[in-house]
Amino acid sequence: MPKTVRIHMHIKGVVQGVGFRPFVYNLAQSLGVKGWVNNTVRGVELEIEGEEPVLLKFSERMNEEAPPLALIEEITATRLAPVNYENFVIKDSEGGEEKFTLLSPDTATCPQCLEELKDPENRRYRYPFINCTNCGPRFTIIKDVPYDRSLTTMAGFLMCPDCQREYDDPRDRRFHAQPNACPACGPQVSLLDGQDRPSEVKDPVAEAVTLLKKGHILAVKGLGGYHLVCDAFNSSAVQVLRSRKNREAKPFAVMMPDMETVKKHCLVSREEETALSSQRRPIVLLGKKAGSPVAPEVAPGNRCLGVMLPYSPLHYLLFDQGLEVLVMTSGNKSGDAIEYVDREALTNLRDIADFFLSHNRDIHIRTDDSVVRIFRGKEMVLRRSRGYVPLPLKLPFQVDNILAVGGELKNTLCLTKGSRAFLSQHIGDLENLSNMQAFEQAVEHLQKVFNIRPRVVAYDLHPDYLSSKFAQEMGKCAQVAVQHHHAHVASCMAENGLMEEVIGVAFDGSGYGTDGNIWGGEFFVGSYGNFARWAHLEYVPLPGGPAAIRQPWRMAVSYLSTLLPGSMPERFLPELQNIDGQKLAMVKGLVTHAHKKLLTSSAGRLFDGVAALLGVRQEISYEGQAAIELEQLALTDVNVPGYSFTIKKDTLPWKIELGPMFDELIADRLNKYPVEMIAARFHKTVADLIFIGCMNIRKETGIKGVVLSGGVFQNILLLSQTVQLLEREGFTVYTHSKVPANDGGISLGQAVIAGAGVRKRRNF
Amino acid sequence: MKRDKILLAHGSGGELSRELIEEIIYPIFDNNGGQELLDSAFLALEGGRIAMTTDSYVISPLFFPGGDIGKLAACGTINDLAVCGAIPKFLSVGLIIEEGFPVEDLKKILRSLSDTAANAGVLVVTGDTKVVERGSADKIFINTTGIGIVPEGVSLGPTEISVGDLIIISGTVGDHGMAVLCQREGLSLGGQIASDCAPLSDLAELLVSTGGVSCMRDPTRGGVASVLYELARQSKMTMEILNEAVPIHHAVAAGCSMLGLDPIYLANEGKLLIFARPEKESEIMNVLRNHPLGRAGRVIGRVTSRDDSGKVLVETELGAKRILPVLEGEHLPRIC
Ligand SMILES: [Fe+3]
Ligand SMILES: [Mg+2]
Ligand SMILES: [Zn+2]
Ligand SMILES: [Zn+2]
Repeated sequence: MPKTVRIHMHIKGVVQGVGFRPFVYNLAQSLGVKGWVNNTVRGVELEIEGEEPVLLKFSERMNEEAPPLALIEEITATRLAPVNYENFVIKDSEGGEEKFTLLSPDTATCPQCLEELKDPENRRYRYPFINCTNCGPRFTIIKDVPYDRSLTTMAGFLMCPDCQREYDDPRDRRFHAQPNACPACGPQVSLLDGQDRPSEVKDPVAEAVTLLKKGHILAVKGLGGYHLVCDAFNSSAVQVLRSRKNREAKPFAVMMPDMETVKKHCLVSREEETALSSQRRPIVLLGKKAGSPVAPEVAPGNRCLGVMLPYSPLHYLLFDQGLEVLVMTSGNKSGDAIEYVDREALTNLRDIADFFLSHNRDIHIRTDDSVVRIFRGKEMVLRRSRGYVPLPLKLPFQVDNILAVGGELKNTLCLTKGSRAFLSQHIGDLENLSNMQAFEQAVEHLQKVFNIRPRVVAYDLHPDYLSSKFAQEMGKCAQVAVQHHHAHVASCMAENGLMEEVIGVAFDGSGYGTDGNIWGGEFFVGSYGNFARWAHLEYVPLPGGPAAIRQPWRMAVSYLSTLLPGSMPERFLPELQNIDGQKLAMVKGLVTHAHKKLLTSSAGRLFDGVAALLGVRQEISYEGQAAIELEQLALTDVNVPGYSFTIKKDTLPWKIELGPMFDELIADRLNKYPVEMIAARFHKTVADLIFIGCMNIRKETGIKGVVLSGGVFQNILLLSQTVQLLEREGFTVYTHSKVPANDGGISLGQAVIAGAGVRKRRNF
Repeated sequence: MKRDKILLAHGSGGELSRELIEEIIYPIFDNNGGQELLDSAFLALEGGRIAMTTDSYVISPLFFPGGDIGKLAACGTINDLAVCGAIPKFLSVGLIIEEGFPVEDLKKILRSLSDTAANAGVLVVTGDTKVVERGSADKIFINTTGIGIVPEGVSLGPTEISVGDLIIISGTVGDHGMAVLCQREGLSLGGQIASDCAPLSDLAELLVSTGGVSCMRDPTRGGVASVLYELARQSKMTMEILNEAVPIHHAVAAGCSMLGLDPIYLANEGKLLIFARPEKESEIMNVLRNHPLGRAGRVIGRVTSRDDSGKVLVETELGAKRILPVLEGEHLPRIC
């Protein structure tokens, strides 16, 4: 007869709030295993007692059949002498000791809940807060750990007997589902007009749908904050939203009820379909189908559409009366953080929204929608937030107790523990007071829920970033300043698990360099601890600093006046002739005569300058607009030769000289070649120069691994050409997938560099 | 004096030194109330606490639209006294001159210093002159020290600032900074921008006499922004500025948009930043409107709350609140 044994297990990973204990309970019941399971601040602990083969079976099935939201990272098992348990029980949660457990992100409504939502017989029919252990709000409602109802924003809702029964029954899908609720006991929606007056209608959601159909703009409270919503087919509604939000051209995201509708309006690949319908429910950038009735004002001048599927029950209800596509953009005033507190939303969105569809389940942590794009069949995250946060990223080495505060724009922060990095939700541009407050709140919240007390704080070298100032004012922490583009490269290395030396290519808009210039077209050689700047795009003046970033035509003048002195191409380039002559002369003066010149090697500015020369855009209204439009303009289906450039290698760092390119580009322009073709040749040139740059560096160093990072690599045309060229010559190319290539990834890079023990001096 | 350039020997203490001082410098300050320039000045002061300040002036170019280094050397020190609530009385002048400096320029500079002081009712009572080798100084450096009297009962300063105080600027911001910048960079902005360089003692005295001023500053280097930050931190208050309320000369605005600068970071040499009790708003605005140096004065913001970290916020035209960045050095773009 087989021997009875007892095994103690400690399970780490995302195992709380995801139905793991009832799953274990049911498994134990079905196998006749005795013992107990409970949640602790370190994860889940359990003891199983029974005959050896049965326990083996138990372990196998536990790994294989774990609930959908569970993520087992590590199991520690200890064999013990049997104590003859009589049954299997779920014990109460334990507090105390060192707290650490992983938390689940917010998760889209599961199929079972969705069915109940649509079932007139179900007691939760059309109940906008239906959820279970497999779905619903998590991160956004958690105030502290352990994950228990009393420490969430559901604490104030007392469960009715029916709900309580489900909650207590280990066989129920809602066993210990902390946000469990029903119409009798849970949160309720309300519809308010712009003057805080509640509507008296019986069904506020149905009324909201009616208002949307009439062309009104609604603020709708979601999981991580408010959305501004209107009918995406209604051009004038979208225009009104644009003007009220003061958002000229930056594309709005849309929501569609199901995959069928998405396919009607967009081209969808298999991988895109997977991403769209994943439980994370990000916004996925898709190619628009010609002839779609989605109003052009939704994404003016853009071939793509950012699409997401409903992820909360309330979203599903908005679509069940015939609406097909809804604009769903962050509920904020331009530049502000997304509104998530009811009172503040009502005040701050009053001038934008006609009505508010709100509810009384508080959001504790604001979290924006995530944005992804599919590149070569793989998800490429552009904004990592709801659905992804707070899952950790695995690091290639142990980095304890580091806080990295990120950059200034698209800010995220990062905390590390062991070999895990907790990259925060997207926070936004810190200059806005509300974003800075969100930043400070996120620093607190993440430290608390992951019980991390940072000993090192890492920040950007830029002296004026608000995040850098925050870091410098933190007491009790060793401070490490990290160069912006080092951080970009390191973030990409970390997400790819690299330790060895690489060629790091960081192409972006701007970051402060160790020489006081504005970098952004950089080639490095090294690893986390020791990057050497090997090459860069040659410096040109940035005439008028920030003004040169907002007005790409200035960069056109800068390149031409610097690289082709005396050629005065502005005399005959129509795009530059449209610029006020006096302004043009002054900017020329700034480029050629000014005493103190701010210089830049930025690749982003190069895209801007070329976009201006091709008449794409002389002034931008959102970050990266000129480059995005230039990418969309370029022909993609033909093979065009790049322009010429030279690499000047007499001193390190090498300089990549672009004079020849501008010479040829202007000749093409004057020969009246189509701008689509010139844009394509330009893209090819940038891919070429990265490729040739890497070839030359490989010749010197023998390094074959190339890391591509920085916002410029969100340009799919450039990225695919570059990767292709490099791979064809035997390079191993690493790109971003889990972490944004843009400044949203900076904090991760800062954390790993600080972790690699580099102490950079604060001043160079 | 026979020479038209300053020689090293002019600073030697010998005959040439005597010539420089007696033939050039003394006559210029002669109109200064008949006070003789001695090694030490004897001052008679009555009726209040004595305020004293010192500042050194190094500027390129020396001459700019609206003024020169001499005028600046007088105004700067007079204004430092005035913003403390003091009535400026006496000035000392220390000169460091580079060998080869044109005597004509020296005369011009000293005359303008002297005239400015005289107009403000301030006497230049003592001074010093040094000549240094070519390359050891950039043309001319001036140090002035000022002494004034703070009338009984006047107490201004960051600690007097309270929640609700109005923030008032006495006129357009950034004129001096932009004027000097244009001159230096050889920019013309389609309309002459002159420095606002002016002594503010008279206007300041009138404002203080309303009893409604809690603190005043002259926003020189670093502009209104730097002063706001300094005071926000010292007073532990949050200050909010309404962007569109800040008065800006159109040519300065044009220059700023051209150069990518924000005028509230640019230097002023003839402006007062006033923190005032709200109940005295109309009295204070009246004083400003009726004074040639305060006509374009405006309320630009208010002190909104206590805050240990001392924040300065700017409300934009769109109603969003931005944190006014403290700039470490020049304007480095932070946008991507
Ligand atoms: Fe960047
Ligand atoms: Mg001073
Ligand atoms: Zn569910
Ligand atoms: Zn219930």
